[in-house]
Amino acid sequence: VIYETSSLAIGVFAVIVGITLGLSFYLGSRAKSSQGFFAAGGGIHWFVNGVAFAGDYLSAASFLGICGMIAFYGYDGFLYSIGYLAGWVVALFVIAEPMKRLGKYTLADALDSRFQSRGIKLAVAISTLAVSIFYLIPQMVGAGVLITPLFNFPHYVGVILVGAVVTIIVVTAGMVSTTYVQFIKGSLLVVFSAVLTVMILYRGLSENSKWEKPAHVRTWDMSSSVSIAGLDIDEQRRVARNRLYEQFAPERESDYTLVPPTGDWSSDENKSFIRLQDRESGLISTWYELPPLEGQTELLLVSAQTVAKLPDGRKSVNGLPQGRNEGETDLWPVGRVYDLPGDAKKTGPLGPLAFLRTIQQSEIVTWGKQTIKDDDGTVTDVYYPKITSGRDLMRPGNHPAFQGIRSPKLADKLNFLSLMLALFCGTASLPHILIRYYTVKDQTAARKSTIVGIGSIGFFYVLTLFIGLGAMTSGALDVTNNNMAAPLLAKSFNEWLFAIISAIAFTTVLGTVSGLIIASSGAVVHDLLASFFKLEMHDHGKVRIAKIVSAVVGVIAIVLGIVFEKMNVTYLVGWAFSVAASANLPSLVMLLFWKRTTKQGITAAVTVGMVSSLAWILLSADTFKDVYGYTAEAAAQASLVPFSQPGIVTIPLGFVVLIVVSLLTPSGVAKQGVAE
Amino acid sequence: VFALGDYYVVGLDHKPGESGDLDSLLTSARNSRYGLVLFAIYLAVYTGYVWLSAFRPDLAEATPVAGVNVAVLYGFGLIVAAFVLALLYGWLCRKPVHVDGPGQEDAA
Repeated sequence: VIYETSSLAIGVFAVIVGITLGLSFYLGSRAKSSQGFFAAGGGIHWFVNGVAFAGDYLSAASFLGICGMIAFYGYDGFLYSIGYLAGWVVALFVIAEPMKRLGKYTLADALDSRFQSRGIKLAVAISTLAVSIFYLIPQMVGAGVLITPLFNFPHYVGVILVGAVVTIIVVTAGMVSTTYVQFIKGSLLVVFSAVLTVMILYRGLSENSKWEKPAHVRTWDMSSSVSIAGLDIDEQRRVARNRLYEQFAPERESDYTLVPPTGDWSSDENKSFIRLQDRESGLISTWYELPPLEGQTELLLVSAQTVAKLPDGRKSVNGLPQGRNEGETDLWPVGRVYDLPGDAKKTGPLGPLAFLRTIQQSEIVTWGKQTIKDDDGTVTDVYYPKITSGRDLMRPGNHPAFQGIRSPKLADKLNFLSLMLALFCGTASLPHILIRYYTVKDQTAARKSTIVGIGSIGFFYVLTLFIGLGAMTSGALDVTNNNMAAPLLAKSFNEWLFAIISAIAFTTVLGTVSGLIIASSGAVVHDLLASFFKLEMHDHGKVRIAKIVSAVVGVIAIVLGIVFEKMNVTYLVGWAFSVAASANLPSLVMLLFWKRTTKQGITAAVTVGMVSSLAWILLSADTFKDVYGYTAEAAAQASLVPFSQPGIVTIPLGFVVLIVVSLLTPSGVAKQGVAE
Repeated sequence: VFALGDYYVVGLDHKPGESGDLDSLLTSARNSRYGLVLFAIYLAVYTGYVWLSAFRPDLAEATPVAGVNVAVLYGFGLIVAAFVLALLYGWLCRKPVHVDGPGQEDAA
């Protein structure tokens, strides 16, 4: 879909950026010491820190990704909401206060607090960098993906713009300005998500027309056109389909002729897709034969949408070049209620539960995607409407990644269990989240700010379900771009809301990326240079180097954001959670609760957890498919691990390694009374 | 081997001597105990949710209250429970421990 440039969105975004940059310069003097640069001098108020947690944590993946996933697949996106929030319970009850007590600037500080071990510093610094980079890439790519439709700049402009703004924010005032950017972003995101939800509920649900346009559907009455005596329903459909095709035979005087299926169009799996050529204009349209509803005696053909890559590299949309001029066309927006419960055509304002109940009892048009290759090399993405019951959409298992839930095989369910475990354990292991604990005064403040964080993040995640379902039924979705669901939903209300939501989505990237840069910079300067390589630095010099490193990380982030443009990168956030949970959580927990933990144990657990989870991911079917470009079957064959999510194996592995190595190296136990 | 009950608190165990140390050590140990109990409760509820989603789709689809299904209600419940337990934890830990009786006039 071609988007219009919204000068309003640019304006709102410019104002937010202006305020945050102004604030950064104003606060710059507070970040002159390393305590100030890495930990905001420990002087952040607990409430501000709590909201900043939300701003740090609710990345573009949370906001755009989850809402988009719910808009296209229903409940499944909400599984992420729940897993992401549940992880905060681990953070509050187990990690928060010790983290504050033990460390100073980085995660390695805390894990190494009793040992003064260079091995721990090195291992944890590397795992911090690995996790932060995985987290960084989707944020930067997201910035480019957002800016292209919103501001009509090319992808790299968006990436450079965000990278430059974030780098300036971090370099001028380190953790101080990072905190305020995250605070502003967190507040805006939660408040405007609430506004959007209220508007969704006020608008209610309506069934204006079953399809986008009347011309988008054609029916054939099977019972009248087919002699059905003695045939079962499948056979009836086959005969009906053949009759239908006969109507479109070239020698008949019909308005359409059937395009003979070639290449993969003729395969059994694609037999529901039919291409018809308009006799007058020559335009080829693609149709989808809906599976029969109960008691239905008609054969229903509905318009599908296509994005085709022609062998000469040109792109065509619904059979024509994409554009707004004569002879060009664009994809039409989708997402509607097919049938409301009862005879109502419109519900009017709904309460939150009534909204969910109505969706549950309605039928919704959702869109599937099928990629079909033709003999001449044309690759066509066919987007086709499906009538899905609300009942089905409101339970887990619609998204391809979650289909294993509905499989009777335990191995298929393991992938889901593993993901839910990684989300649960991952939050409290993310370095860029944990370092926020150093920005407050004491353990009490750490505890209070986590409670505020849980409140605001939890509230936001409740709203994601409404925003996602609101987008699903907004009639404004772009079939090719899940990530635009939330901004497009806002657009279906008015331009202002669209501008604000888009600008907030963009600010979301700023907040999270600045946290990641600080975490990476701390790992490099404090853990690697100062502690591992024992580089002598004054406090002042340390800050200067930290700023240089931040700028370098900012540039790396920009490069990665441009390099990975074409890749689907949202799953990288999932990687980050799995790697963080596998590498860091066993050590954090055992350090707190097991006296005989040794430095060798921690070093080994962090290293093994990181390497094993990473290796597992790189050898998994998901990666073969999404990253190496295999087809689904080839990926399943090539993968060397039974399911794609590593957590359920590699997190326990981290614990086992820590215990075994610690027992083998009793001399590595921290001695009582070791001075700092 | 797991020595939580013996006030084993990492990071404080090697700084003896100063007055007030014992208090903060005891406070941390108490908070940690409360934290673990609440964590165990939440873990059980979360496990129940994951189990339900993976193994009992029939239950997840049932609509016991207001026509909204168990999957949604349980999901909201988990989010609300996290916040409620967090508040409860904050309330339980509101006063620091004092050796001569927990938190009399020294509410911080």
